[in-house]
Amino acid sequence: MSASVAVGRGPSIAHDRVLLGVAVFIASESVFFLAIVLAYLAYRDAGLATAKANLDIPRTAIFSIALFSSSATMALAARHGSRSWLVATIALGAVFLAGQGSEYARLLASGIGPGRELFGTTFFTLTGLHGVHVLGGLVALFALLAAHIRRRSALRPVAFEAVGLYWHFVDAVWVVVFSVVYLGTLL
Amino acid sequence: MTALPLWVRRPSGERVGWLRTVDHKEIGVLYIGMGVAFFAIGGLEALLLRAQLATPESRLVDPSTYDQAFTVHGVTMILLAVVPLLVGFANYLVPLMIGAPDVAYPRLNALSFWLSLVGGIVLYFSFLAGGAPDTGWFSYAPLAERSFAPGLGVDYYIVGLAVNGAGTIIGAINLTVTILLMRCPGMAISRVPLFVWMTLVTSILILGAYPALTAALVMLFVDRQLGGHFFDPAGGGQVVLWQHLFWFFGHPEVYIMVLPAMGMISEIIPVFSGKPIFGYRFVAGSSVAIAFLSFGVWAHHMFAVGLGDTENAIFAATSMLIAVPTGVKIFNWIATMVGGRIRLTTAMLFAVGFIAMFVIGGLSGVSLAVVPIDLAVTDSYYVVAHLHYVLFGGTMLGIFAGAYYWFPKMTGRLLDEGLGKLHFWATFAGFNLTFLPQHWLGAVGMPRRVFTYAASTGWGPLNLVSTIGAAILAVAMVIFAVNLVRSLRSGEVAGDDPWDGFTLEWATSSPPPAENFPTIPAVTGRRPLWDRKHPDQRDRA
Repeated sequence: MSASVAVGRGPSIAHDRVLLGVAVFIASESVFFLAIVLAYLAYRDAGLATAKANLDIPRTAIFSIALFSSSATMALAARHGSRSWLVATIALGAVFLAGQGSEYARLLASGIGPGRELFGTTFFTLTGLHGVHVLGGLVALFALLAAHIRRRSALRPVAFEAVGLYWHFVDAVWVVVFSVVYLGTLL
Repeated sequence: MTALPLWVRRPSGERVGWLRTVDHKEIGVLYIGMGVAFFAIGGLEALLLRAQLATPESRLVDPSTYDQAFTVHGVTMILLAVVPLLVGFANYLVPLMIGAPDVAYPRLNALSFWLSLVGGIVLYFSFLAGGAPDTGWFSYAPLAERSFAPGLGVDYYIVGLAVNGAGTIIGAINLTVTILLMRCPGMAISRVPLFVWMTLVTSILILGAYPALTAALVMLFVDRQLGGHFFDPAGGGQVVLWQHLFWFFGHPEVYIMVLPAMGMISEIIPVFSGKPIFGYRFVAGSSVAIAFLSFGVWAHHMFAVGLGDTENAIFAATSMLIAVPTGVKIFNWIATMVGGRIRLTTAMLFAVGFIAMFVIGGLSGVSLAVVPIDLAVTDSYYVVAHLHYVLFGGTMLGIFAGAYYWFPKMTGRLLDEGLGKLHFWATFAGFNLTFLPQHWLGAVGMPRRVFTYAASTGWGPLNLVSTIGAAILAVAMVIFAVNLVRSLRSGEVAGDDPWDGFTLEWATSSPPPAENFPTIPAVTGRRPLWDRKHPDQRDRA
């Protein structure tokens, strides 16, 4: 096992136990999100008017860009085994969550919660479940950072790859959620 | 050779207790123990139901108790008994069969088990917290909404099933990766024992099906605890959405419960017929076909909803189609026996019993796929009879076959064959006496999930027969329990290979050492141990 985390070709999903496990987990998670997104779509028409009147697309787009860029910083962190890119990824993920938090606060202040019409129910469920996954990703990133600080030499490159794979997935789910929930109001 | 040692030594020599174990064999035994315990609890619940229904207009239990009992009986048997039993056997056997020292992630394996168990305990805690769920195992909306189920029972159902499901999903990830990446040299995927094949297919089914249940449970939780409207018609929600999500999980779940049992008898029948399995590729391939089709049949549980003739016709067709790969397997097992030197051990008796009972359950299943028949007997005892022929007559008989077959490997001692045969015949008689009459009861209109019936219906005699059958079944289970305890203490010492087996689990000691195999096995065919014992008669595959 090489002591450096930066050199050599990355491990492949087809041969690495950890990466294959994460990939299989992501496949299973995809079914979970698919079910929630389908439920959102099934009730989309009923909630469309409320969605149009209350969602702030430009503001959420800015926070979304933070999340999308965090995939790039994660890829750089994995490629170079880099602590600073890891910190940048965590920061961008946290910015996204803060943005979601402020969006929730704004909606709740104007009286829209999970119990308010189908829009509230489906919106808070879908974005909330995604937010929980982002939070889980942040925990994993923090654990990776802590391991990198404490015992850098023992950390295998696959640790970055595995956390990265999950983080890209969380990012990809947001591409779908943002398109369906926010951009969908423009149709 | 001791029976079920309380401690195993890790390769490092460290002693580890049951609570901290990460050894796949011990976790397998824990899963099986959990399954046995919940099978006993679920069985007692079933006896309560049968006692209440023995005579018309009985007042043994009140309707509310009855509703809780049938709900918890269903959830218990499916998610807390059958699935853990099958996962337990898979946990124990898969690494041994593929020549691996353990599963891919031993610590995650322990987490899977403890999550599954805690999920079950959460569900049962509802009895102490003001009442168990009483909405049926599939907990249809809007009955499961707060307006109709105001107690906490359904909330315990949601949390318990979600936690239990998380454990099952993690376990499936573990087994999938183990089978794909941990096979010993020469153990190509086209050579792994069929039980391993079925476990792989089952794991993939779990990964595709359970998340849909989790999603549905989250939505129900939002409705009940956050005032949401997913399944609340007054708020614009649609109750049918629950049914779609639930059965998208629920029908693959049937195959999750039956495929590993089919895998077990695909190991047992060849050994006791003294022949390799007939058509290995077809048995393996038909499982993949079943898995694929099983995601396209869920709405056959929903014919009575009124989805429309086109939808019903499509789902009727796919449901009938799935009988084809299932039938392929039946013929493979029979062809394996034809011309073989059959040894009618208890394990073999249960395996053959599986085929007979599963065919009856399969045929009534095809009849239910015919929409007009389904509309006539939906939610009647015909459906209860059908599902028990599949899940008890099929899966449970398969699990008993597996128990008699692999108990010697797990404990080093054989189960008693005399008590075993008594167990088989009492089970066979009790089972058919319980469930065969229910076909007639359903056909003449007795609805399921109703706590009593009027004497004027004329359903009394057949119900009494059914209850007597259940009592015989209970006696059969007591015989099995006695056999387990006695054989564990003083059963005949088994040796490494008591059945003249074909596969690698019989190539190591009984019970196997912590690292499974002292040296990494080398495999050149589908029956590695047979090849080793009979080098002159090696399989060509």
